[in-house]
Amino acid sequence: MRLSSMPLLLAVAALAACGGKPAPEQPKPQAEQPVAQSRVNQDSIDAANRAAEEARNKAAADAAAADAAARAKGLAGEVASMIHFDYDKSDIRQNDQAVLDRKAAIMGANPGLRVRISGHADERGSDEYNLALGNRRAGAAKRYLEGKGVDGSRVDVISYGEERPLEQGSTEEAYAANRRDEFEITGGGDNLKAPQ
Amino acid sequence: MTRRIVGALTALALTAPLTLLRSTPAFAQDTTHAQDKIRIVGTYQPGTRPGLVIVPGGGIDSVRAIVKRDLDYSDRFEVVVLPEGTPSTDAARSGAEAAAGINYGLYRSFGASYALELNPDGAGVLARLHDLASSKPINQLTATLPAPTDAGFRMAVHRLSDEVVRWVTGTPGIAATQLAFIMDKRLYRVDSDGYGQTPLTPAGTVALSPAWSPDGRTIAYYRLGEGKGPLMLLDAASGSQSPLPGTGAGTNFSPAFSPDGRSLAYTHSDENGSDIFVAALGGGGAAQRLTVGRYADNLSPTYSPDGRRIAFVSTRAGPPQIYSMSADGTDQALMVPFDFGATGPSNAPEWSPDGATVAFHREVSGSPQIFLYDVAGRRVKQLTSSGRNEDPTWAPDGRHVAYISDRTGRRQIWIIDTETSRVRQLQAPGAARLPAWSRRLR
Repeated sequence: MRLSSMPLLLAVAALAACGGKPAPEQPKPQAEQPVAQSRVNQDSIDAANRAAEEARNKAAADAAAADAAARAKGLAGEVASMIHFDYDKSDIRQNDQAVLDRKAAIMGANPGLRVRISGHADERGSDEYNLALGNRRAGAAKRYLEGKGVDGSRVDVISYGEERPLEQGSTEEAYAANRRDEFEITGGGDNLKAPQ
Repeated sequence: MTRRIVGALTALALTAPLTLLRSTPAFAQDTTHAQDKIRIVGTYQPGTRPGLVIVPGGGIDSVRAIVKRDLDYSDRFEVVVLPEGTPSTDAARSGAEAAAGINYGLYRSFGASYALELNPDGAGVLARLHDLASSKPINQLTATLPAPTDAGFRMAVHRLSDEVVRWVTGTPGIAATQLAFIMDKRLYRVDSDGYGQTPLTPAGTVALSPAWSPDGRTIAYYRLGEGKGPLMLLDAASGSQSPLPGTGAGTNFSPAFSPDGRSLAYTHSDENGSDIFVAALGGGGAAQRLTVGRYADNLSPTYSPDGRRIAFVSTRAGPPQIYSMSADGTDQALMVPFDFGATGPSNAPEWSPDGATVAFHREVSGSPQIFLYDVAGRRVKQLTSSGRNEDPTWAPDGRHVAYISDRTGRRQIWIIDTETSRVRQLQAPGAARLPAWSRRLR
């Protein structure tokens, strides 16, 4: 015990030298006094360490939560992104297939997620025909998702025809913007997990 | 004939008030044509529109004004209205004419064939029609009218006008009818002469594709909601409405009543596509499916007046075209011929009340135009050519068609007489869509 307290004495001496605290004036003939003092210092150091670690853990947890929230929001955004169509067509465009694949993957990773696909048309053509066209566009996206393994009961389909244009006007740009499917999360959209 | 009328009227104009000129239909028609620049199918033939004079008299000017407009809009007459104080009411006349109070000679000199008297008679109006060739009255009736401030006043006068038309032509006029249409996403109703425009659905809801029941008591329409689209049945008198059972899911639009009023055909759209269904009204079980589209859409049904066949739109050949089938869905065949790859998309068919014609619109150089399909002769005739013209609906006389045209820069309801090609506008303050013409309202 006495021999092993040598490093302790040295440590205490070192601590006393760089701790900034004046060493006690009285001589230290006994080992117990420096041990008690060193324990007090060690305790406060440990406490400081623990507090710092807790703070670091909390910050890390907060950051992780913020990251997860941002990721979930990003995932929700990917689910809700629109796809567009050519005039009088309901075929899924080549470029949009990857977009739908991603939606299918996110739905696969989140079994509670439900969506409603709404199909839209530009203002040209018969008002009633555009309801059928919008319906076809929504149905095409649903069929694609089902083909990627999404259960049909999780996907609702509705047509708004030309009744809810995104852009007003009679320009080609407005027409192109309005020929679209929109995806609305109707359930299970909180805390989305990314697909693996 | 026309020149004599114009000459005589010009002479009167020097002494008569301005109202005479404004009310002369010949001028109104010419102005309309100059503005429209539409290609007229057929020309104005005075011989097919006998001249009719409305004899001036005391009181009831509002009745005379409504009747005059109704007869003008029937496109069956060339209507002349004379103001008070013209020689026609001069007391210096010979025997029979003085007794009748009618100056047959003067009216004949205007080229008129008929004279219509409208005079107050107790609580009503006595209408007496005179034949000018034989210089004698040929028909009359006393109509009891509600007070002019009463809600039913105008429609009662319209019924009187329609009866006068029937006396001359054998077919009642179309004045006592209304049109339903959509404006600003709301369902509206308006009298056939443009008066009394009334919203039937509240702001904040979206209504589309209205249709009248044959008895004029119900309007069916599609209510577009958040994620759903039921068919609504609205009572035209009370305004109360309820959804058609079975249309709670999917999109359900373009309703069409069967001629006996017992069934409602409509388009149902869901993830399987769009197909035509028919529901028995008054609770009769599930709706019956008439078309099985698989990869094609079938929509926009319209019944033949004998209820045996339905014309509809199908995309089974690619772009939408007009087909027909039996009312039970069998015997489906192409109805209106087209050149594959050349003919534009066709939509919005409506069968005429006499069964002879199906009106529809078809794109020509990218713009929809109104077409008529002669069912018996299997011939297609283009009715409009300027602007975008779509969604035709027949008046109960089987000769007038209302449709939407944007030729003035804004979508408006226009009415064309398919026999003389004369057009008039039914003014609505906003962009009008999807008109539906009622039958004659009792």
